[in-house]
Amino acid sequence: MSAPDLPLPVEPEAVPAPRPGRLRALYQRATRSGALLVGLAMVSVMILCAIFAPLIAPHDPYAQSILHKLQGPGPVYWLGTDQFGRDVLSRIIYGARISLFVGFVSTALAVVIGVAIGIVSGYFGGRVDRLISGANDGLMSFPQIIMGIVIVALLGPSIHNLILAITITAIPAFVRIARGSTIAMKERDFVDACRALGFGNGRIMFRHILPNIADEITVLASLWMATAIRTEATLSFIGLGAPPPIATWGGLVRDGFDNLLDSPGLSIFPSIAILIVMIGLNLVGDGLRDATDPRAPT
Amino acid sequence: MNAAQSAPGALPALAVEGLTASLRLGGTWYDAVRDVSFQIAEGETLALVGESGCGKSLTAMAIMGLLPDKIGRMSAGTVTAGERRISGLTEKQMEKIRGDAVGMIFQEPMSSLNPVLRVGFQIAESLIYHRDMSRRAASKRALELMELVRIPAAAQRFRAYPHEFSGGMRQRVMIALALACSPRVLIADEPTTALDVTVQAQVLDLLRGLQDEHGLGILLITHNLGVVASNAQRVMVMYGGDVVESAPVGAFFANPQHPYSAALMSAMPRVDRATEDLNPIPGQVPSLQEMPAGCRYQGRCPLRVAKCAERPPLVAVSEGPHHLARCWVKAPPPGEGA
Repeated sequence: MSAPDLPLPVEPEAVPAPRPGRLRALYQRATRSGALLVGLAMVSVMILCAIFAPLIAPHDPYAQSILHKLQGPGPVYWLGTDQFGRDVLSRIIYGARISLFVGFVSTALAVVIGVAIGIVSGYFGGRVDRLISGANDGLMSFPQIIMGIVIVALLGPSIHNLILAITITAIPAFVRIARGSTIAMKERDFVDACRALGFGNGRIMFRHILPNIADEITVLASLWMATAIRTEATLSFIGLGAPPPIATWGGLVRDGFDNLLDSPGLSIFPSIAILIVMIGLNLVGDGLRDATDPRAPT
Repeated sequence: MNAAQSAPGALPALAVEGLTASLRLGGTWYDAVRDVSFQIAEGETLALVGESGCGKSLTAMAIMGLLPDKIGRMSAGTVTAGERRISGLTEKQMEKIRGDAVGMIFQEPMSSLNPVLRVGFQIAESLIYHRDMSRRAASKRALELMELVRIPAAAQRFRAYPHEFSGGMRQRVMIALALACSPRVLIADEPTTALDVTVQAQVLDLLRGLQDEHGLGILLITHNLGVVASNAQRVMVMYGGDVVESAPVGAFFANPQHPYSAALMSAMPRVDRATEDLNPIPGQVPSLQEMPAGCRYQGRCPLRVAKCAERPPLVAVSEGPHHLARCWVKAPPPGEGA
């Protein structure tokens, strides 16, 4: 009993013209608002400053000169000098190196560690998951700054400890988002299909689920990088950051505080640098979120 | 018991013996699939039919060792693919079997592919994983497979993402994936249910062609008797986790024995018969907790007798040696009258 062998036409489906790939569609959606581009521009300027600091900075950021101390903005020292006669502009440019480096490295570490923990926790569920998410919620309930202060106070102020402290405060956010997204993703049919192909848990988690949740993680990472830079500035401001004479933005704001009334620029200019990076990273994060939001109009 | 189709001496592509799968509901284990046995010869298609919840998919999951952790288990039986026994293996050993010795395709081609990975890579991945192929060799083979399942312009589509494929094309990709490592058995769980009728015919056509070329044994799970008639050599009807009838396709459609099979058949709309109404089967499948002892169909059966409180055996009916039914009335065991 077999069906009459009708000549079945091949599915009437034309080969699609090479459509814009996923990345290009993403790019088009992301750049439509312009916010992402503005944000990228702001962040890029700061990153270029950090990379090319020795070429851009008009003066040596560590060269002291009593004769030129506490000058206002002028043609030689564009943003003035501090109480040791060091050029404020050069110190801000060099400060970008530390601030961006700390922000980037600590966020990157937090992403790697937090996402790995979150995916494993969400994928396996059960007792391990309850333990991890319980501990995670506990960590999240601590204010980051307090946590950062405690860690640096215990280990002593240095750039490494600063990175460690910021990383630890940032991990819970990534554990949470990775866990939640993984739980949603592991119920999808393609995960069953992977299991039917005999793929092991590790491959399913990191080769199949991870790429599917990467966009949410990227959005969160760009927002957290802003937070990390702010935390770095705050810890430096209260004296728990990189030890002097290293120029960091938080440290510059604090140093300027002693002469706030005479030379307000000493604190204001580095604050503006912090502000630009924060706004830039937030615009990038929001732009990426809009671009990857499946509910957004295409 | 069903060794009919296989040539004497040849090992069946898949042999299942006494498979019982249990699910845990509220702390108690219930047998959701009871004592299922069958063999599929190379090049043969066995159709497994029944309504939703009758245990078709659970049987497939049990064979693949994919019963849900903690709430599902295979409590009895053996599964053998070719000469390899594949039941009772550890998860790690089972991972080597799945997608290699036994392939599987699913009902939902729209969502069974990873949306963010290129189609070609997804096919190649299985080869890299199971066969330790280099990326280049696997990609070459993946492209051949895409051509084998007749995806037009395969080379251009190799680097496309699943959303750029239609449902039928995605099911072709799933077939290519399942066949990547040349398994001897393919379990097709409602492979065409989500597809349009014309596309359905093309996909089934493709499966038949591949089966002829490669001697593939297919376990075709479906609730569509039309698909059964045109694609399978033998059919097994399940109800409430029991196999209630097992027969060659011709004999089954000519003369269904079990009252449930007969009811299924008359519930099917037919163009060649001028009936005004469909004849649905009254009642519904009882839930696992409420399954009656004895014959599980007794609550809906018009032929019910007192004996139905005992579980009938699956025995040959008078129609022929390969036609089995599980019913005291229609298939009384030799020596016992109904």
